[in-house]
Amino acid sequence: MRTDSPRKARPRSIVIWTLVALVSAAAWSVLALSRGEEVSAAWMVAAALGSYAIAYRFYAKFIAHKVLKVDGTRATPAERLNNGIDFHPTDRRVLLGHHFAAIAGAGPLVGPVLAAQMGYLPGTIWIIVGVILAGAVQDMVVLFFSTRRDGRSLGQMAREEIGPFGGAAALIAAFAIMIILLGVLALVIVNALAQSPWGTFSIAMTVPIALLMGVYLRVLRPGRITEVSLIGVALLLFALVAGRWVAESSWAGTFTLAPSTLVVWLVAYGFIASILPVWMLLAPRDYLSTFMKIGTIVLLALGVVIALPTLRMDPVTDFASRGDGPVFAGSLFPFVFITIACGALSGFHALISSGTTPKMIQKETQVRMIGYGSMLMESSVAVMALIAASVIDPGLYFAMNAPAGVIGDTVQNASQVVGGWGYQISPKDLADAAKNVEESSLLSRTGGAPTLAVGVSEIFSEVTGGGLRAFWYHFAIMFEALFILTALDAGTRVGRFMLQDTLGNLYKPFKNVSWKPGLVITSGIVCGLWGYFLWVGVHEPLGGINQLFPIFGISNQLLAAVALAVCTTLLVKSGRLKWAWITGIPLVWDATVTLTASWQKVFSGDPRVGFFKQRSIYQDGIDRGEVIAPAKNMDDMHTIVTNSTVDGVLTAVLALLIVIVIADATRVCIRHVRRPALSTLSEAPYVESRIVAPAGLIATKEEKEEARDAVGAAPGG
Amino acid sequence: MRSALHRAVSGLRWYVRELTDESAYDRYVAHVREHRPEADVPSRREFERMRTDRQEEDPRQGFRCC
Repeated sequence: MRTDSPRKARPRSIVIWTLVALVSAAAWSVLALSRGEEVSAAWMVAAALGSYAIAYRFYAKFIAHKVLKVDGTRATPAERLNNGIDFHPTDRRVLLGHHFAAIAGAGPLVGPVLAAQMGYLPGTIWIIVGVILAGAVQDMVVLFFSTRRDGRSLGQMAREEIGPFGGAAALIAAFAIMIILLGVLALVIVNALAQSPWGTFSIAMTVPIALLMGVYLRVLRPGRITEVSLIGVALLLFALVAGRWVAESSWAGTFTLAPSTLVVWLVAYGFIASILPVWMLLAPRDYLSTFMKIGTIVLLALGVVIALPTLRMDPVTDFASRGDGPVFAGSLFPFVFITIACGALSGFHALISSGTTPKMIQKETQVRMIGYGSMLMESSVAVMALIAASVIDPGLYFAMNAPAGVIGDTVQNASQVVGGWGYQISPKDLADAAKNVEESSLLSRTGGAPTLAVGVSEIFSEVTGGGLRAFWYHFAIMFEALFILTALDAGTRVGRFMLQDTLGNLYKPFKNVSWKPGLVITSGIVCGLWGYFLWVGVHEPLGGINQLFPIFGISNQLLAAVALAVCTTLLVKSGRLKWAWITGIPLVWDATVTLTASWQKVFSGDPRVGFFKQRSIYQDGIDRGEVIAPAKNMDDMHTIVTNSTVDGVLTAVLALLIVIVIADATRVCIRHVRRPALSTLSEAPYVESRIVAPAGLIATKEEKEEARDAVGAAPGG
Repeated sequence: MRSALHRAVSGLRWYVRELTDESAYDRYVAHVREHRPEADVPSRREFERMRTDRQEEDPRQGFRCC
């Protein structure tokens, strides 16, 4: 029972929160006002943590209690439908770990690195402000509404609360984003592993290690996950060390693969892994990557805090206003806001916040800690990635992230081009940077992962000494590749599941998910689709990441638009109209950013930005029989024309889906405001909760007393 | 002093077992015993197989984000 005595702020908490606000404001001022002087990453950390603390304490609490009106006496699906397997009340601290491990992956590590081309300031502001006002709000509100609906998925909620039209658009959006996500993530891996025997060997070894773990868990000691994970991690670290020996031995040639060979390997891996039983590869890989993920994130946080490196990137680069950056084209608005999705606002999280987590949450009052809190943690991972990208020499950063078509393939040429942008780095420094991490070259290692790995190795070797630099570089590559490969497998399965469901409407047997021919066909289609984007990305003369990452960003923000539209509709329909702005404003912002970006990608007259402008320029070139750089021959010219057409059409379709979902949601909201009687709300009925559990990470005094009283009263504890 | 260390170690062990879902079987057995005392409890091997089979049927279970 909560006593509703008016709470007065205690002097101690007033002092503490004033201090937090002052420190955070000071840190923001240093970041924003510094020009030319060296800024320590400590300011970025302080600005982030201070802002998170204030947002969590005040804004999230306000949303939970005033807007959502979380009800501690209402039983959650975990309590009502407890079946001991997927529905079961889980300790809040455990669920925080589960939820965080599920939402944080490669996304928050890749986007901020690419966005660093605009300087560290725009990215930092968007990551921190975005998460506080949009991303974490979305995650918490979706989690709340899904918890009130027995853990319904986002797609189901869209269908039930908005209508079949919006629901179908949401489903197509989810499928499209899955395909593009897998294609782009695979591309990140190819760019990191190409011509790198060390990296390729250690990643290849994860397959036999996972198989071994799978057999161990299935046959030898079922369910002993901790011990098998420790064995797996030990083998993995050994594979990492052994990678260096392989790279220096006569086997090096076997593991030195060209990008197009890696594409074939990856698509084959994705296909085979997704039709093998879950226990063989997917489950053990998942344990490995979760262990590595949590371990590395903790290490990175420690590294940043201990080393407190200096930011070498400019706060804001000239590319921000000129819009001709080599990493991705377009100006700061809107492109920073779609490049950084995970960490600020990620639609994908809505798939985790609906579905899995609501079935495990003990108390409605915990949505703030699980939904908002986990997202703040992910945001801090994105801040660390941005720090890692900003501590390396900006010249090296641009040489690593510009497409080969722009900077050429020699260090002399790259040094000259990058110097022309105002970032001086000598050919020798570029060559040394590659030698330090024992790679043959670091030029045009686009995709973010290698840049992050260089930044991480820089930070870690400040703590451990320079001797381990190459090891840390490959450690970071391995860690990203590990969970991207797991995502390829898991994502193919989810895409296949959606496809089976849809095709099942046309031909019944497809609905049976274990029908073998259907399984193979749908897996093949899904792998073929993301494989196509991967192939295109690798062979794109204009640079794969440069061309595809904006589409990925648009599709991710499209899913966020769906989630925010569902949230806003639900706020309106559940009688919270005056609070609809809580998700309404983020929705308007997200829609503005995403639609502006897609408009520019489709209609811009700047050939670096607009897909159709690109198409017409290269088509004209073909008609005149002329080869236009960076194309090297007529085949390249035709490739560019085809790719730009596909990319342009895809972007337009994604934008159309956003408009459909928002229009349909608006229609439902307006109808509700005019004639509330027509609306139905599919909320699960109220059942009184018998569980006693604290709302936040640390139990308050009242909560402890409540728990003590309950131990005596509740039957069976 | 010793008991504080003991508590910390067993707390950590509890957390790791819960986080990895190693405790899933124990939890399930406790659940079955409480709600259907007469029902048979699967062996750990059977239970773990059932768990991965469920994931096979609906891959959205336990899906992770980018």
